Amino acid sequence: MNRYAYFPGCSLKENSKHYEESMLPVFEAIGCPLEELEDWNCCGATAYFSVDGNMAAAICGRNLSLAEKEGKDILAPCAGCYLTLKKSSLFLQSGEPAARKILEDLKRAGCEYQGRSAVKHPLEVLIREVGLEAIRQKVVRRLTGLKVACYYGCQVVRPYTDFDDPDHPTTLDSLMEALGAEAVDYSAKTRCCGGLLTGTIENVGLRLNYLLLKEAKRKGADAIVTICPLCLFNLELLQDKIVKTYKDDVKIPVFFFSQLMGLALGLSRDDLGFSRSTIPLEAFWAKIRNGGHHV
Amino acid sequence: MDIERKVKYEHELNAGFLDDIKRLSHCEEIDRCIQCGTCSSSCPMSVYMDHPPRKIIGFIKNGFRDEALRSFTVWLCSSCYTCQVRCPAKIKITDVMYALRREAIKDKIYPRNFSIPVMDKEMTKLIVRDGRNSEMRLILRLYLKSFRPFNLVKMAPLGLKLMKTGRMGLKRNRIKKQGRKQLRAIVKAIKENGQ
Repeated sequence: MNRYAYFPGCSLKENSKHYEESMLPVFEAIGCPLEELEDWNCCGATAYFSVDGNMAAAICGRNLSLAEKEGKDILAPCAGCYLTLKKSSLFLQSGEPAARKILEDLKRAGCEYQGRSAVKHPLEVLIREVGLEAIRQKVVRRLTGLKVACYYGCQVVRPYTDFDDPDHPTTLDSLMEALGAEAVDYSAKTRCCGGLLTGTIENVGLRLNYLLLKEAKRKGADAIVTICPLCLFNLELLQDKIVKTYKDDVKIPVFFFSQLMGLALGLSRDDLGFSRSTIPLEAFWAKIRNGGHHV
Repeated sequence: MDIERKVKYEHELNAGFLDDIKRLSHCEEIDRCIQCGTCSSSCPMSVYMDHPPRKIIGFIKNGFRDEALRSFTVWLCSSCYTCQVRCPAKIKITDVMYALRREAIKDKIYPRNFSIPVMDKEMTKLIVRDGRNSEMRLILRLYLKSFRPFNLVKMAPLGLKLMKTGRMGLKRNRIKKQGRKQLRAIVKAIKENGQ
């Protein structure tokens, strides 16, 4: 098993603490303990690429260089961090004159990057390196009877991902089925949640998320499972407003995939950040063996 | 009544625009567009756009710089990359949108105090200063600088929910002093190179 430098980014330290709280014990349980990348800086997300492309790649270059010095690949659970770091890493290795110049500047600032450190998403590591069979063997509490809508969003599967299909991804569905849950046929699985637009042009953001919630409800899902902090933020925290605006009861719990994986591996619900949900979970716990407490 | 001319003469077009955007987006394929419309039909935002992505690519190919940069489309793109992975001509449409944003920000062509470029710029400022983003600080800056303090009040229920579940980041996040020094050195060097 490779060793990974865990890159939390801003979300996993603030609004999506429960992603970190569940990811770390899950990776520990599968025998791949994660250590946080020392003194990482913010990836810049979509914002920096909108202002200055070279600068965006350069500030990511510092993180890539830090991981390379630790001799590790970067593991980035946030879709924004994952894409931004991966995009920068590919650009810096492209050999283009602008990229070569940035690499020189990085080196001069003490942040040499030779392209040895790669950027991976936890889902990719679970599917490609750990393997579904090994995960299945570790499951002690099958999530039988739980129906989930697997929502991939955009930036993990597009445009650079080679571990899944950009239009019809299936890795999260097969992971959930390995845990014993049923993945419903969720046709909106890669339709965009609008990202930051929910904060900047709200009416557009609300409508996009309404469609996603409605489709999950229509397919009979008990919960939506995400792999991105911003997707979870939009889908979960806008629900009250969406219910009011569209007069349609589309309330549904939204989880990070690592939370459900933790439950299946037998960890206690108290150690997986479930208390951070703003949606009532009574109906959900009724479906989980032992109510989600230690098995 | 005044009758306006609706069509541009060739000399009014920006001949270098296509090459500029090719360079800025690292995408040489723009002029291979066959105007098939896969991008526009794939785009979850196109129903809100004044000019859908296909038309924007047409603008770029033909030198309609003003029309492309003034289009609301540039700001509505949510970077979901659906168009980019589906384009049969392999045009990196999302990266092209980023290039247009950068040009529009550089030329200050966007509605005054419009929230999206304000957000983009404020976030980059926080990163250069502290090395990290601090959610609450970013949100405050966004609402103050885009002159929408009233919206901040409307955000209160959401803030309360985050607070109750311990998900509100109130403190200022910073990396170590040496890291900040490194970042500043990198930023300075890149700025000196220009784009």
